[in-house]
Amino acid sequence: CLSERRRGQLAALSIAAVVIIVGVPLWWRTTETYRAWLPVNQINELANLQLQLSADVEVVFARGTVTPEQQKKVPTQVVISLCLFCSSPLEADLSLHTLSESPCGSLVVYVIPESSTLLPEDVDVYIGQRRTALLRIGAQMRVGRTLEQLLAHLEPRIKQVLQVMSFSHTDITAALSDRVRLSPGNKESIADSMRAFKSSPGYEITFSLLNPDPKSHRVHWDIEGAVQTYIQPLLTKLAPLANFSIDSQTLYYAMLGVNPRYDSSRSAYTLNSDSLAHVINPVEARLGSNAASSNPVLNFLLYVPDAHHSPLHIHDHKKQEVLSNAFHSPRWGGIMVYNVNGFYGPEAVFPVDININMAKVMGVFLAQLRLLLGVQSSAPPPGFLVAPCSSTGLADWELDRLMWSRTVENVATATTTITSLAQLLDQIGNIVINDNIAQQVSSAVTSLQLAVAELEAGNLGFALQYSKEAILASERAFFDPSLLHLLYFPDDQKFAIYIPLFLPMCVPILLSLLKIVSEARQKRRERQAKKD
Amino acid sequence: IFFFYSIHLLHTADNAGQFFSSGHTNNWAVLVCTSRFWFNYRHVANTLSVYRSVKRLGIPDSHIVLMLADDMACNHRNPKPATVFSHKNMELNVYGDDVEVDYRGYEVTVENFLRVLTGRLPPSTPRSKRLLSDDRSNILIYLTGHGGNGFLKFQDSEEISNVELADAFEQMWQKRRYNELLFIIDTCQGASMYERFYSPNLMALASSQVGEDSLSHQPDLAIGVHLMDRYTFYLLEFLEDIHPASKTNMNDLFKVCPKSQCVSTPGHRTDLFLRDPGSVLITDFFGSVRKVEITMETINLTDPIKQVEQRKYSYVDQLPVSEIIHQKPKQKDWHPPDGFILGLWTLILLVFFKLYGMKHLKHIF
Repeated sequence: CLSERRRGQLAALSIAAVVIIVGVPLWWRTTETYRAWLPVNQINELANLQLQLSADVEVVFARGTVTPEQQKKVPTQVVISLCLFCSSPLEADLSLHTLSESPCGSLVVYVIPESSTLLPEDVDVYIGQRRTALLRIGAQMRVGRTLEQLLAHLEPRIKQVLQVMSFSHTDITAALSDRVRLSPGNKESIADSMRAFKSSPGYEITFSLLNPDPKSHRVHWDIEGAVQTYIQPLLTKLAPLANFSIDSQTLYYAMLGVNPRYDSSRSAYTLNSDSLAHVINPVEARLGSNAASSNPVLNFLLYVPDAHHSPLHIHDHKKQEVLSNAFHSPRWGGIMVYNVNGFYGPEAVFPVDININMAKVMGVFLAQLRLLLGVQSSAPPPGFLVAPCSSTGLADWELDRLMWSRTVENVATATTTITSLAQLLDQIGNIVINDNIAQQVSSAVTSLQLAVAELEAGNLGFALQYSKEAILASERAFFDPSLLHLLYFPDDQKFAIYIPLFLPMCVPILLSLLKIVSEARQKRRERQAKKD
Repeated sequence: IFFFYSIHLLHTADNAGQFFSSGHTNNWAVLVCTSRFWFNYRHVANTLSVYRSVKRLGIPDSHIVLMLADDMACNHRNPKPATVFSHKNMELNVYGDDVEVDYRGYEVTVENFLRVLTGRLPPSTPRSKRLLSDDRSNILIYLTGHGGNGFLKFQDSEEISNVELADAFEQMWQKRRYNELLFIIDTCQGASMYERFYSPNLMALASSQVGEDSLSHQPDLAIGVHLMDRYTFYLLEFLEDIHPASKTNMNDLFKVCPKSQCVSTPGHRTDLFLRDPGSVLITDFFGSVRKVEITMETINLTDPIKQVEQRKYSYVDQLPVSEIIHQKPKQKDWHPPDGFILGLWTLILLVFFKLYGMKHLKHIF
C-alpha cells in the first residue's frame, strides 16, 4: 500500500505522461494540413525539358531525275510514270493521292525533272492540298552530277519546303512564347501572335445578324444550312484540336457606334479604317453569350446597313474600297457589312424581303475564322505555288502545321502550370493538397512525358492528344477551388488561439512535476548528508 | 530523311526586365466596394463612378466584375430611392439605368475576391462572375473602403492583407492572366497595400500614404451622408474629360488630386511596370480600344447549301439526371468531437479528485 504522497506523485506523473504521449501527438495530427504526395522530382525535371520535333519526310524521285545506276544506290522508291497526261499540277496531285495516304505529320516530296512541263515556268515547288509537294530539280543538276551532289542540292530545298509545310523556327518560338523570351521581333510576328486565340479545349462560335432597320428590310438568312455546308466541314477537320459549339442570333435595332460619312464621288457611305476600332464596343454590349462554359468566344457579325445609309463601304488606309467589305479584331471575331440596296428599286414597298447570299458571306467568315484560329496565312517564299483552298477551307498540311504549333504550345503551357503549381504549394505550407489534386498532377506529368516522347517519334496525332490531356489535367489541378490561399496566419495569432486552451491545463501539471523534482533533489541531499 | 528540331525550354524568368511587353487585345475591370452600412454611402458612390467611366469608355458589362457590399440605391434610409449621387445638389446619378452588379451584399468577401482574381471558382459559377482574362488582357482593379497599414477591411468583419494581395497577383502572373494591371485604391493609408507587390507589369495608385487618412469630399444635406471621397471625386472629374479616342497618358493620372485638393498625398508605384508611364494611354486601362485588321482574303465557296433535316429536340436529355441523383456524397475530414480538449481536461481532473479527494490538492500546489 503506497503512502499518500507517493500516490499523489504517481498521479501527477501519469497525467503528465498521458498529456505528452497521447495528447501532443493527437493535437499534432488533428491540426496538420492534409498534403497528398506530389511527384516533385519529375516536376523539377519538366522545368528543364528539351523538346525534339521530328517529321517524317519521304522523298520520291520521279523518272528522269536519277540515272538507272543511281537508282540502285538510292534507298527510295521510284515512280514509274508521273501522270504523263496531266496538264496541271492539281490533277497530278489528285492522282498521286491514290498511291498512298500519308499519316498525320508526315510529308511526301516528289522530285520531278527540270524539263518537266507539269509546273509553270517560274514555279519550282508546288504544294498540294494534302501532304504532298512537287519539287523541280534546278537547272544546274542536269548533266553528269553524282548522287551526293544531287542530295546536297536537294537538302536545303527540302528543308525550305518543310519550313513552309510543317514548322519553322519562328512558328515554334511563337508557340513557346509562354516560356521562352520572345525577342522583339518584326511587327508581323507580333501581330500574328496577338491575332490567333490561344489553345483551348473548346471554342464557341456565334453568328449574329444585325438588322438596324427592320421597317425597311426583312432579312432572311439560312444560317443552319450555311453552317452545315460551309463551316461544319472545317470544324470537323479541326476536331482533333478542339470542340466547337456554334450558335446564331438576330439582333434588331443594333446600330454601329460610328456615323459613316457620305462620299459623293462614289455616292456611297464610307467607314474609314480609323473609326473601325470604335464600332465593336457598342455592339458587343448587346451580344449575348453562352453562359454555360468558360471557353473563348468568336463572334461573327453580319451588318445590313439601314436604308438611309446604304450602300456602306469600308475603306482602308489608302482610301481604297475593301473588296470583302469586312474587318476582324484579334482574339474577338469579325464583322462584315452586307449591302442590300441593290436588291430593290426606289419604288419598292417597305419592308422588303431580302435573302442573303450565304455563300459570299460564309466565304468571308471562313477566311476570318482561319486567321483567328491560327492557320497561318503568311505569303509563301518566291517560286512556291500553293494549291487553292479545298472545299473544307483547310489543307491537310495546314492542319498539320496548326497541330505542331498547338502541341508545342500545350506542352509549354502545361509545363508552366505544373511547375508554378508545385512552386506555390511548396511555398505555402498551409494549403491542403487533396488526393484528387495529386492525382491530376500525376496524370498531367505522365501525359506530358508521353507527349514529348511522341513528338520525338514523329507521331503528331498522339502527341496532340496527350498534350491536350496534359493541359486539361494541369488546368483542373491549378484552378481547383480548394487551393485557396487564405491561410496567412501571423505567429502572434496562432499563440492567441492556443494559450487559453492549453495554459490552464499545463500549469498544474508543470507545477506538480516541479514539486516532484524539488522533493527528489531534497531527498538526495538528505541522503548525502546522512552518508556523511 | 529525319529532321530534328531541338528546343530548350528555359525556366520561367521572374525578372521583370526579361519579358517583352507587347500590346493588349481586351480590357477587364474588377471594381470592389468593401464597406457596408448607410454611412459608407461614399464608397459605393466611388465604385459606381469608376464603373460609369469605364463603361462609357467602352468596356462592356461582360468584362466588368462589379462587387458592391451593400445596396445604397434601395436602402431604407435613402431619401431618393434608386439613385446614388456623386455630386452635391444631386447633379450626377451614377446608378443609372443599366448597372450590372456581379457580387452583391454578403457575397463580397475576401474569399470571393481572391477566387475571382486567381480563377479558382467552383464550376457552377456563371460567366458573368468570372474574370476570364488571358495573357493579352489589361486589367483595372479598383478597391475602396476602410483600410489601415497593410490591410483592407471587408464588410466590417474580415480583412485582406497586402501580402495576400501580392501573392494573388503573383498567381495571376504565373498563369499569365494579365498583360498589364493597373491597381487603384482609395482608402486610408492606401499606399501600404501596394508596398508588397513583386510581380511584373503592375502599376499602382493610392489615395494616401502610410500614416495619412483619405478624406471624404462633401456631404449632401438632403441625403445626410458624405457623397464621395476626395480622390475618387477628382478622379471622376478627370475621367469625364476622357473620350475613347483621347491620347492622355498616365503621367496626367498621377497628377490627379494634389495635396492642396486632397489633403492626403496620393502615391503611385511604377517600378514594376515595363513600359514608360508617359507612353501608357488612359484608355489602355479605362477604355476598350480594339485593334482591327482589314480582311483581305476571302474563300470562294461554290457548293450549294445542303438542306438540313429538322431534328427533334428533347429537353430531358440535356441534363444528366441519372448522374446527378446517383452522386456519391463528398468525403468529409474527420474532426474530433467539439470540446474534446476541454472534456479531456475535465475528465482528468475529475478522476484525480475522485480517487484522492480534495486534500490531495496540496500535492500539486
